[in-house]
Amino acid sequence: MTSAAPPYRYVGHSVLRREGADKVTGRAIYIDDRATPGCLHAKTLRSTIPAGRIRAIHFPPHIPWHEFTIADARDLAENVVALILDDQPVFCDGIVRHLHEPILVLAHPDHGKAEEAVRAIRVDYDEEPGVFDIGPGPVMKSYRIDHGEIDAAFAESDVVLEGTYQTGAQEHVYIEPNGFIAEWKNGVATLRGSLQCPYYVHKAVMRALGLPAEKVNVIQETTGGGFGGKEDFPSVLGIHAALLARKSGKTIRLMYNRNEDMASSTKRHPSRSLIRTGCSRDGKLLALDFEFLIDGGAYSTLSAVVLSRGILHGSGPYRWKAARLVGHCHFTNSPPYGAFRGFGAPQSQFAIELHLSRLADQLGIDPAELRRRNFLHRGDVLPTGQILAEDPNLEAMLDRALDISDYHEKRKKPRGGGSGVGVSATLHGTGFTGNGEVYLASKVAVEARADGKATILVASTEIGQGTETIFSQMVAEALGIPIGDVVFHRPETDRVPNSGPTVASRTCSVVGRLVQRAAEQLRDRLSGASIADHVRRHGVAREEAVYTPPPGLVWNEDSYRGSAYGAYSWAIMVAETTVDPVTRAPKVEAIWNTTDVGTIINPVLAIGQMEGGIAQAVGWATCEQVVLRKGAMANGQMTNYIIPTSADAPSIVVEFIENPYAEGAYGSKGVGELPMDGPASAIVAAINHAADAGLAHIPATPEDLLS
Amino acid sequence: MIHTPIQFSLNGEKRSVAAHPMEPLLDVLRRECGATGTKYGCGEGECGACSVIINGELAMSCMIPACQAADATIETIEGLARDGELHPVQQAFLETGGAQCGICTPGMVLAAVQYIRHPERSPGGAAEALEGNLCRCTGYSAIFRAVELARSRMESA
Repeated sequence: MTSAAPPYRYVGHSVLRREGADKVTGRAIYIDDRATPGCLHAKTLRSTIPAGRIRAIHFPPHIPWHEFTIADARDLAENVVALILDDQPVFCDGIVRHLHEPILVLAHPDHGKAEEAVRAIRVDYDEEPGVFDIGPGPVMKSYRIDHGEIDAAFAESDVVLEGTYQTGAQEHVYIEPNGFIAEWKNGVATLRGSLQCPYYVHKAVMRALGLPAEKVNVIQETTGGGFGGKEDFPSVLGIHAALLARKSGKTIRLMYNRNEDMASSTKRHPSRSLIRTGCSRDGKLLALDFEFLIDGGAYSTLSAVVLSRGILHGSGPYRWKAARLVGHCHFTNSPPYGAFRGFGAPQSQFAIELHLSRLADQLGIDPAELRRRNFLHRGDVLPTGQILAEDPNLEAMLDRALDISDYHEKRKKPRGGGSGVGVSATLHGTGFTGNGEVYLASKVAVEARADGKATILVASTEIGQGTETIFSQMVAEALGIPIGDVVFHRPETDRVPNSGPTVASRTCSVVGRLVQRAAEQLRDRLSGASIADHVRRHGVAREEAVYTPPPGLVWNEDSYRGSAYGAYSWAIMVAETTVDPVTRAPKVEAIWNTTDVGTIINPVLAIGQMEGGIAQAVGWATCEQVVLRKGAMANGQMTNYIIPTSADAPSIVVEFIENPYAEGAYGSKGVGELPMDGPASAIVAAINHAADAGLAHIPATPEDLLS
Repeated sequence: MIHTPIQFSLNGEKRSVAAHPMEPLLDVLRRECGATGTKYGCGEGECGACSVIINGELAMSCMIPACQAADATIETIEGLARDGELHPVQQAFLETGGAQCGICTPGMVLAAVQYIRHPERSPGGAAEALEGNLCRCTGYSAIFRAVELARSRMESA
């Protein structure tokens, strides 16, 4: 940490994780830990072809079907998983568009009998050829950004370099699989689940079941990891469970096992990037022509937004005289791809960063030096026309990262000598893109209650990243009360206002700012009195805050120009990698990172976000290979989808350089996704150095280095 | 399923449960003993979320048939904290950020306890001792710091 001692009592201090004692003792109740006597166990019948039509469904007579509750599209008010474009059906509408697509759900008091029954059902199909590559399928969404005179910039370039870069799908592997429990009483559906976004599930269940808002209550249980994987996908489980509960009148337990979760759930979008750059002989970047392609899968879900964030980050933290960034997302017959930490930005920045490392080699300029010559500064213009309001201070961050990693010594090692080093520089926009935060109009409340405590009411979920703790720190700070007098209300749609989804690195900085504002309003209202005194005299006090955009933040969705984000977080990554001389297995030995995410609210939690994100990026870059067969994950088990273990974990050094953002809570910017953006390109550059290779894709496997 | 009575000691208490002999011990602990601190993560002995200590050995309870637990001495996460006081390993996980989402934490804490009890069994150190327990949140660094912190405190205690 390079910061001075924090001027606050709570903010900036490593306050212990508030729900931490429950977690380390095993007392925390996750969805599968909740007892549901008298419940029915639900299972999902899924398609076994990736494309085609359902001709008939046969229920063999040896199963006593009258014991089962069975629900399908006919039981729905509307066969749609409401999200953005509403093209995804809850159940196959006669047409199958991907493997493992839900056809019906059934429930039985005996879990084993439910499994047996779902296996016994036979479906006749007319199979049709599917599309499994990016390109041949219809375009789901395209974006284009033009900046400057691209042809002129190429014409004045001394060196033009082209490259194609590919990234594979990635499975989230939250250690807790998806699960829901649904009850139906007096016309009200109560849903408990492992999820990131209670109001997404709320909206989806309302639409599919035809219920008004007040008849659906979605409660977040302690959630065993999300990483984006529990952003939109839980809506599917929520609808299935609520539908069976309504039809049976019984409590429904819908718990995915690992294989069902991996095979059917969303993944990180596979990508292909075609990059052409022009620069001067001394490495001044002039022209960027970037075509960014992603596989969206069979339904649109969040893919357009992922594509958008991808191209908005594709120019990296650099000044370009001219740039053209074009993105296309294609439909395929894969299960829909979805949100995963970074949301498109890791894919596009992998490509541009690896390209710059290749370019540096071609120019004979050190890769770190090439980056330094082109870093963004305050007042520079980004490709969308946004004038950078902050000063990223990337040179100081780079210097520090090179210093602590002993980069220059490592660079001297011979190419192909078995050990190599790579560097990257990346940025990540805080919060929703463009007008997203305006549309969300997030709302939070802080209440002074009769128990003498301040209660935080938000839909933002604690999924391991520390929401509960940092919001409590902010409220204790603003009110000047002990943190023990702050209560974090469990996100429950009946009780908490919609503070938006827990995604997009927005919770700490954007939602936290609203929490801070509400708490400061409450402080003013108390005007010196204790909460207990105030409530005794005036009753319960509630203060709300609703999002308003920072001054000057203007975005035009039609022209795709303006300020895409209110603030950016920045990171330098240096990776050291070895390659085994016999097995050719690459191993990431160490990552050194300097990071600017604004003011650090809680150092232990912030370091945890960086270290954890870097480890996920190490997996994405090296060992995590989603084997797609007919478009779906064929290795949907932990036995053969390999994430980093403690023995694989590199040494990770994280240093923060705090550059406060005036519009973020207590000066904070987004944290969670940034660490996913930079490591993979630095790792592949280091592997190419170590093995004298020219890899341009991930995962980089031993097989790639043998051939 | 045909259930038979099985007896074992759980966190120092004698328990008698009804279970199918081939049922995973994980399910028996959760259903019959209410020991829901032991988690399901994969059901195939890969993730370690279901780790318990059986007769002094760390084991993945999803891979242990209930009949093998007959007369065994079993420790689960529920048995670690005494009289409301966290075990030093639990306290260290809390302080270093070794627990984030918390789903791997019970198994990870037990693996760390076992490592501190028997460091000689893992010449490669904590990285080797915890290899069977997957964590997706922390990248393991904070977990290593927790193990070191707990070990130094327990040695000086």
